Amino acid sequence: MISFIFRRLLTLIPLLLGITALVFILMSLAPGDFLTPVKAQRDVPAELIESIQRDFGLDQPWYVQYFKWLGNLAQGNLGHSWAYKLPVADLIGQRVLATFLLSLVALTFSWCIAIPLGVLAAVYKDSIFDRISAGLAYAALSIPEFFLALLLVFFAAQTGWFPMGGATSIDYEYMSFGGQLADRAYHLILPGLALGIGSIASIMRIMRANFLDTIRAEFVTTARAKGVKEFVVMFKHVLRNAINPLVSAFGFAFSSLLSGALMVEIVLQYPGLGQLMYQSILREDQFVVLASVMLGCTMLVLGNLLADILLAWSDPRIRLEKKK
Amino acid sequence: MIWNLFKEVMRRPLGLISGGILLLLYVAAVLANFLAPYTTNEQDLDRTYHPPTKIVWGEGGLRVQAYDLVDPSMAKYAPIEGESYALDFFGKGPAYRFLWLFETERHLFTVSDPEGAVYLLGSDSTGRDVFSRLLYGARVSLFIGLLGITITTVLGFLVGGLSGYFGGRSDFLAMRFVEFMMAMPGLYLLLALRSALAPHFASDQMFFVIVVILSLIGWAGTARVLRGMTLSIRQNQYVMAAESMGQSPLVILRRHILPNLVSYLLVAATLSIPGYVLGEAALSFLGLGIQEPSSSWGLMLSQAQDVKVFYLNFWWLLTPGFAIFVTVIAYNVLGDVLRDIVDPKMKTR
Repeated sequence: MISFIFRRLLTLIPLLLGITALVFILMSLAPGDFLTPVKAQRDVPAELIESIQRDFGLDQPWYVQYFKWLGNLAQGNLGHSWAYKLPVADLIGQRVLATFLLSLVALTFSWCIAIPLGVLAAVYKDSIFDRISAGLAYAALSIPEFFLALLLVFFAAQTGWFPMGGATSIDYEYMSFGGQLADRAYHLILPGLALGIGSIASIMRIMRANFLDTIRAEFVTTARAKGVKEFVVMFKHVLRNAINPLVSAFGFAFSSLLSGALMVEIVLQYPGLGQLMYQSILREDQFVVLASVMLGCTMLVLGNLLADILLAWSDPRIRLEKKK
Repeated sequence: MIWNLFKEVMRRPLGLISGGILLLLYVAAVLANFLAPYTTNEQDLDRTYHPPTKIVWGEGGLRVQAYDLVDPSMAKYAPIEGESYALDFFGKGPAYRFLWLFETERHLFTVSDPEGAVYLLGSDSTGRDVFSRLLYGARVSLFIGLLGITITTVLGFLVGGLSGYFGGRSDFLAMRFVEFMMAMPGLYLLLALRSALAPHFASDQMFFVIVVILSLIGWAGTARVLRGMTLSIRQNQYVMAAESMGQSPLVILRRHILPNLVSYLLVAATLSIPGYVLGEAALSFLGLGIQEPSSSWGLMLSQAQDVKVFYLNFWWLLTPGFAIFVTVIAYNVLGDVLRDIVDPKMKTR
C-alpha cells in the first residue's frame, strides 16, 4: 500500500513539470510584456521590479525563465502578484480557504440530501416519487452551473432574501465573532446551492442504481427467506453494500474541491481561487496563474489517489499493488 | 445499420420527443435569417430593455401591441390602449441570402410600419431584438457541438485505434500522453489556451479557435476507450485472417475495426455534444469566447449579468440560458435512448 501511494505521488512530479512548462509556453505566446503595465504604475518601486526581473530572468526566453522559476519554487518562493502587490503564497492562501469552505459546504449539502433521496427512490422504485426525482435529477444534470447561479442571483435580487454576491457583508469588520460566522454562512447559501445541485443529481442516480443492484444479490434473498424484517434487510444488508462504490466517488469529489467552483465563484462574485485564477489570466498575472494551476492539478491527483485508497479500504477484493 | 437504429429511436416516445426538439432547434438555426425579423446588430436606442410585445387580433389580422416608455430611468413600458401595428407575414426586412442560395428580403414576419417594432422576447440594453439574436446565436452554439465532436472523434479514433492496433512503444507513449491530457483540469487549460491563442485571430475566426480548443481537450478520453476496444477486437479471427491476407493496417482499421466501434461512437458522441455546447457557453460567458458583433447564447447571458437586469426583472434576457438547458437535456435524453438500444445491459432500471 505504501509503495503504491509513493509511486502515485512520484507520477505527480512529471505531471506538474509538464503542465507548468505548458503554461509557460502558452503565456509566452501571448503578446506583450506583462511588465509594461507594472512599470507604468507609479506606486511600484523600480528596485522591486528590477529584483524580480533578475530573480526570475524575465528578460530572457521562456525556457530560461522556466528554469529560474523552478529554482525559486524549490526554495519555496512562488513569486509576486503584479495585480495585488502581494507575494503569491499569501494571496493564494487567503483564496484557498474561501474556496475550500464553499466546496465543503456544497459537498456536505449535496451528499446529505442525495443519499437518502437515492435510497428512497430505489426502495419505492417506479412510484410517483421515483419518477419525479428521476426527472428532476435529469434536469439538474442538464442545467449549466453558471446559468443556475445567474438564476439564483436573479432570485436574490427579486426577493431580497439573500445577498447577491461576495463572501461577507460591508460591515463585516464591525461584527462580533458570532455575527461574522453567521454572515459568512449567510453568504455561502446561494453559491453552495448552485454548486451542490448538480452533484445531488449524479450521486442520487449512482446511489439508486447501486441499491437496485444490491437488492438482487443472493444474500438479500437469503435474509428475506430467513424472515428478517424488510426494514432491516434494506438498511442493514442492502444499504451497507450499496454505499461502497460511493466511497470512491467521494474521493473524486474531493479532487474537484478547488477547481470545480470557478464559474459559480465568478457569477456570484465569491472571492475564491477560481475567481482569482480567472482574473489573473485576464491580467497576465503569470505567477498567480502558475501557482493556482499547480494547486488545482495537485488536488486532482491527490483526490484520485484518495479515491483509489478508499476503494481498496472499503472493498478488500481490490488489490492496488501490481499482480505478481 | 444506422437506418435501423434511427427507426428504433423514432419508435420510442422519449427518442421521438428529444430528436424532434433537436431537429426543430437545428432547422431554426439554419433558417435564422429567414425566421428572425431583425439582424443581430440592429439597435434601437429608444427601445432599450423593451418587454416582450403582445400579439393581438384585430382588423382582420395579427397585430403587435404598441408601447409607450413611461419611465426611462427604470425602463418601464406601458401598452397604449387601442394602438397597434400590423404584423406582416413574408414582409420585407433586411436583405440576406436564403440558405446561401439566393438573395431575398422576405422574412417570416416583420412590422412594416417604421414606428412599430416586434420583440417576441424583448430587447436588450441597446435595443436589439433578443429573439433574433437567439436564432443567430443558435448557429454558433449548436454547430460548435457537431463540429467539435467530429474533430474529437476522428482524432480519438486515429490515436486510439492506431495505438491499440500496433501496441508496443508508440502505444505506451500515446497512452502516457493521453493520461497527461486527462489529468489536466479542463477549464484551466481552456482558459490558458484561449488567452495564448486569441490575439493571433480575428473575432470572426474565434468560432474555429474555440472549436479547436474544445476538441483538443476532449479527444483524450475517447482515444483511451477506443484503444481498449481496438485491443479486444483485434484478437478476433477475422482480423487475423485479414492480416494474413496481407491487408494494410489502415484498411483493417477502417473495414474491420471501425464498424464494430460505430455504435459506441454514436452513443458517446451524442452524450458528449452537450459538453461542447456548455464549453462554448461558459467561455463566451466569461468574455473569452465569441465576441461582438457575433452572437452566441453564452455571450447573450454574459450581457444579462447586470444589476439592472436583476432588480428590474428583465427576465427575457435569461432566455438563452433556457435554450442551452433545452439543448443539453434533449441531447442527454437522446443519448440515453441510443445507449439503451445499442447496449440493453447498460439500461438504467
